[in-house]
Amino acid sequence: MPEEAAAGCARPTGGPVGEESDKTSTSKQTTQKEEQSMIKVGKKAPDFTAPGYQKGEFINTKLSDYLGKWVLLCFYPGDFTFV
Amino acid sequence: MSIDSMFTHKMWDDDELSKMVGGGVPFPMLSDAGGKVGTVYGVYDEDNGVEARGRFIIDPDGIVQGYEVLTPPVGRNVNETFRQLQAFQLVRETKGAEATPSGWRPGKTTLKPGIDLVGNVWKKWKVEEAFD
Repeated sequence: MPEEAAAGCARPTGGPVGEESDKTSTSKQTTQKEEQSMIKVGKKAPDFTAPGYQKGEFINTKLSDYLGKWVLLCFYPGDFTFV
Repeated sequence: MSIDSMFTHKMWDDDELSKMVGGGVPFPMLSDAGGKVGTVYGVYDEDNGVEARGRFIIDPDGIVQGYEVLTPPVGRNVNETFRQLQAFQLVRETKGAEATPSGWRPGKTTLKPGIDLVGNVWKKWKVEEAFD
């Protein structure tokens, strides 16, 4: 489950896990974007890591840590809006 | 998950959400600064630098069973999300022996796909059941 993350001055970020998408160089990101197909039902959810906040702690989360559980993954435009 | 930092998530939870939900949000509020994860999931809007209201149901094997994506001005129906989740859970529990027709909610008619059902759905299930 989520491990604790250090709260430093740098802005931590996550990203997709595995294959060519692990590195964050600009050229790779461009390639990745072009190759990305839409999500398909019945297919694997792309794994990712992401920093976050949960109940008083900063955490690092990995989607695949939740294998064995049902997951609702929700995106929204920004904090201080509705869901 | 949004493009906000985990620090902003904390502020939002501390200052507002905890006033709406006792004890604050119980689940992880994730940060996708740069929209890399949102790009892979097809919800990142590069022009505006934000993510659409995407909602993905992922089963215990990591398979996407369903999703819904809305533009920012319109909010979601949480009850519908739960309804779908309950339906997918029932299908999984019965290993696909039962299916949930339109409008299904717990307690309503399920269908057992098979040769006997072909042409006979009308006997087992009424159109009114599609509506609440």
